[in-house]
Amino acid sequence: MTHVLEARNLVRDYHIPGNLFRKARTVHALKGVSFTVEEGKTLAIVGESGCGKSTLGRIITLIDPATSGELLIDGRTVDIARERLTPEMRRKVQIVFQNPYGSLNPRQKIGDILAEPLVINTDIPAAERRDRAMTMLKKVGLEEKHYNRYPHMFSGGQRQRIAIARALMLNPKLLVLDEPVSALDLSVQAQVLNLLADLQDEFKLTYVFISHDLSVVRYIADDVMVMYYGEAVEYGSRDAVFSNPQHSYTKTLFAATPRADVASIKARLARKNAA
Amino acid sequence: MALLEVENLVVEFQTATGPFRAVDGVSLKVHEGEVLAIVGESGSGKSVSMLAAMGLLPWTATVTADKLAFNGRDLLNMSPSDRRKIVGKEIAMIFQEPIASLNPCFTVGFQIEEVLRIHMGLDRAARRKRAIELFEAVGIPEPAERLRHFPHQMSGGQCQRVMIAIALACNPKLLIADEPTTALDVTIQKQILDLLMKLQQEYRMGLIMITHNMGVVAETADRVIVQYKGRKVEEADVLSLFESPKSNYTRALLSALPENATGDRLPTISELFNDQQMLEGAAR
Repeated sequence: MTHVLEARNLVRDYHIPGNLFRKARTVHALKGVSFTVEEGKTLAIVGESGCGKSTLGRIITLIDPATSGELLIDGRTVDIARERLTPEMRRKVQIVFQNPYGSLNPRQKIGDILAEPLVINTDIPAAERRDRAMTMLKKVGLEEKHYNRYPHMFSGGQRQRIAIARALMLNPKLLVLDEPVSALDLSVQAQVLNLLADLQDEFKLTYVFISHDLSVVRYIADDVMVMYYGEAVEYGSRDAVFSNPQHSYTKTLFAATPRADVASIKARLARKNAA
Repeated sequence: MALLEVENLVVEFQTATGPFRAVDGVSLKVHEGEVLAIVGESGSGKSVSMLAAMGLLPWTATVTADKLAFNGRDLLNMSPSDRRKIVGKEIAMIFQEPIASLNPCFTVGFQIEEVLRIHMGLDRAARRKRAIELFEAVGIPEPAERLRHFPHQMSGGQCQRVMIAIALACNPKLLIADEPTTALDVTIQKQILDLLMKLQQEYRMGLIMITHNMGVVAETADRVIVQYKGRKVEEADVLSLFESPKSNYTRALLSALPENATGDRLPTISELFNDQQMLEGAAR
């Protein structure tokens, strides 16, 4: 097994410039995070808003550089702060964002949205770009007739499928999924999760799945990393983390998650009657 | 007598392509001190039916019902000014986006005192005293200080507490919470739900919890109504709903929960049933 992704002590600071009324200060968004992900596996990153999970997602996707630390993708060190990102590296990592309404250009047709990564990063001729876009469209469960439509003509779940299709156009090895299902209804969420599982099997994709929904994480992840104020407070295999959480924050998180099972309803009703 | 009684509620919207029926013959009752959850996916008409009951829908909506009564008083044929005396005072509502539902131009203190002025007619000193009391009741630290703050100076969870305080300002008999925790982190969600349940017990309010989250339903409700495409497909007490769901749709919804997954794929609703089967057993 090879490590598709390896992070060694990643740090990210944001410097907020001062002004007349406020001193300059530094926000430590990531305070030294290390992990590895094997090919074809899923690492879930869990945490609350502001814990640095999206910052980490942006660093892995090679959008933002890390302040210090080392990032290895497919065994090669990448540092976009020092050298330009090559199209070859760009092809290896892609991202799917949370809000499918904001992440698709409303003025572009679906076909153009899908072909755009190929235009930018490859020199594939137009006819083949079109073929590939069609194939990918069908792969994510849409139809050929959708090729010439605009994003507003689709539902949230379909848009998320389009966003996934766009991310897969370059045949990436690693896909960063930043809360891909939290804007979706329960039934649509199930469909998209199934699609992700199918695609992972077919293309041997490696996922970094950023989420705050523990029930989804428990379902999809192989490894879990829990983040709190820029630190990884818990990191291990899914079963280890869920069955035996070590850090107090992880325990708080589990306790706060509403449980939809008969036993916990019975316990709650019993408590209520006793009170 | 039921607090809120709705029989055969129909809401239609006039659209460019003809009328669209958002709520199709929904009936429900809420009693004093009871927590009713209305569950459904987006477009199931769960919010619209409650907005219709409060008279908050735009003019494009046509609301008809056999009965729409609050505390024995007919809401349907009431004059708008009479209705306004009830809405906000005896029926209060909390919305999904706490930061968006507060006015960014005014301090939170102004916004809570506005309610007290209009509905309770309290004088300035009494309003301030009551506002501080309410902030304490919903667990906002340093309430007197906080009254001077603007919504943008507070976190999402704190804003939702302010919204709850405003909703509780006039001791409402019925509180409608429309997805009160969807925009919040799980640990904050837990705090807000605990707070709502505690206040509901203390004030013996009727509480209608509109949500799409089955976990929230399981943690809060006494009775549950499941809606699909504007129809009520099931009504049951919370335990029997989870233990032995009657309608196809409820079963599908529960099996789509990731925590109930058995294999390595989730059963999806459209695979299990078509539209007609989904509505089967729908109580009209």
